[in-house]
Amino acid sequence: MIAMAGTDHAPPPFFKRGPAPLALLTFYLALSLALFVVDLRLKSLDLMRQSIALVTDPIQRIAQTPGSLVDNAAAYLRGLDSLLEENTQLKQAQLQTAPNLLRLAHLESENDRLRKLLAVKEREKASGEVARIMYTARDPFSRKIIVDKGQQSGIVAGQPAIDESGVVGQVTRIFPFSSEITLITDKDQTVPVQVVRSGQRSVVFGLGRGQLELRYIPANADIKEGDLLVTSGLDGVYLPGFPVARVVSIERENSYAFARILCTPVAAVENFGEVLILSPRQPQAPRPPEVDGRSGNTGTPGNAEAR
Amino acid sequence: MQPTFSSSRILLPVRPWFIVFSLLAALLLNLLPTSHWPGIPDWVALVLCFWSIREPRRVGMGWAFLLGLAMDVADGAVLGQHCLAYVLLAYFAAAQSRRILWFPLAQQALQVLPLLLASQFVQLAMRMLVGADFPGWGYLLGPLIATLLWIPATFLLLLPQYQPVERDDNRPL
Repeated sequence: MIAMAGTDHAPPPFFKRGPAPLALLTFYLALSLALFVVDLRLKSLDLMRQSIALVTDPIQRIAQTPGSLVDNAAAYLRGLDSLLEENTQLKQAQLQTAPNLLRLAHLESENDRLRKLLAVKEREKASGEVARIMYTARDPFSRKIIVDKGQQSGIVAGQPAIDESGVVGQVTRIFPFSSEITLITDKDQTVPVQVVRSGQRSVVFGLGRGQLELRYIPANADIKEGDLLVTSGLDGVYLPGFPVARVVSIERENSYAFARILCTPVAAVENFGEVLILSPRQPQAPRPPEVDGRSGNTGTPGNAEAR
Repeated sequence: MQPTFSSSRILLPVRPWFIVFSLLAALLLNLLPTSHWPGIPDWVALVLCFWSIREPRRVGMGWAFLLGLAMDVADGAVLGQHCLAYVLLAYFAAAQSRRILWFPLAQQALQVLPLLLASQFVQLAMRMLVGADFPGWGYLLGPLIATLLWIPATFLLLLPQYQPVERDDNRPL
């Protein structure tokens, strides 16, 4: 505009129109693209996101009220019968697990003592915070859920989340009163796992379609359909031993070194309900210094795959 | 201004607070849990497109950018995804506004369809290029439904301007 001020084409000053539309478009496009790249590659815009969330969060909560009212009404109308039935079922289930639970405390203390005797590092205990799933993130390109515990409850990014049957996902973003959990089925979300039956370790990747893929398993490895995968705990993020997925199909092709193994998550990953956000693990002991001549694969990845 | 340029009816001038109100209402509609259902249109894009065509001097790329930011944060999408799409939508809608307003409503809707489709497609392309998952063809169904809603949306959003200048207590609107 300034450059054009001297020419005949400049608008008279009583038509104030601001910068030319094309200049504005270029400015906003450049700004959007810059935001896109910085958010995607550097992931350093969390403060900006949190401050914008302070404005959008109330609107979001208002938008959620009709849905939750309907849910509550449905739960209320579901009636006494089904609740009584559920209650008896739960009581039976509790009775069935009672023998194991009753002996758990005894076994844990015995295990502790034995581990001390053997001078093995003590197993960490799982503890955490129960959070209610508020809604699924609207973004159709990823699989994330929003839960109602955030910074105020001391949640930090990276904490794993489980439900009653297995691993659900990992906290990826935190807001003051809510946090975002990326599900294990999200594309390229990774969980280090171990096959229960054979003890083989690998990493399971989300495929984005509600399925998971177990990669880097040799085509001739001992793995069968129905095998259970549990967290291996090698990443320092997930505690070892939580069920993650079950193998549903294995394709072995001679032309590839690795088998193509598809799994389905054990937890009700894509359903609404409640999750337990596990507190972060204690930092692991530093790695022993590398001794010359013993540089091999020690089996511990350098840093956790926190995405 | 007339409902369309070929119409002889003169509308009241738009009230600025109504534009803001309708944009915020669209944002609220977008945040409803129904937005997971396939074919639910992007209400913000529809209303933004409407005002960019009708009042390009009042609603422009600045509003588009701010609403895009809000949508990005609320969606948990990558920042800049909705911003870029909405800014492009506002620009092209404003550039076409003189032409589109000559058409009758049904043909306006046809003119709006490529704009809305393109804004959805830009988002799809941006996310797919950086390795996101394909969300399924239902993702592109939203703009088609939004096009069908163009006539009712125009009626609703112009309703406050249809009021006569001198109030008549016996007339409902």
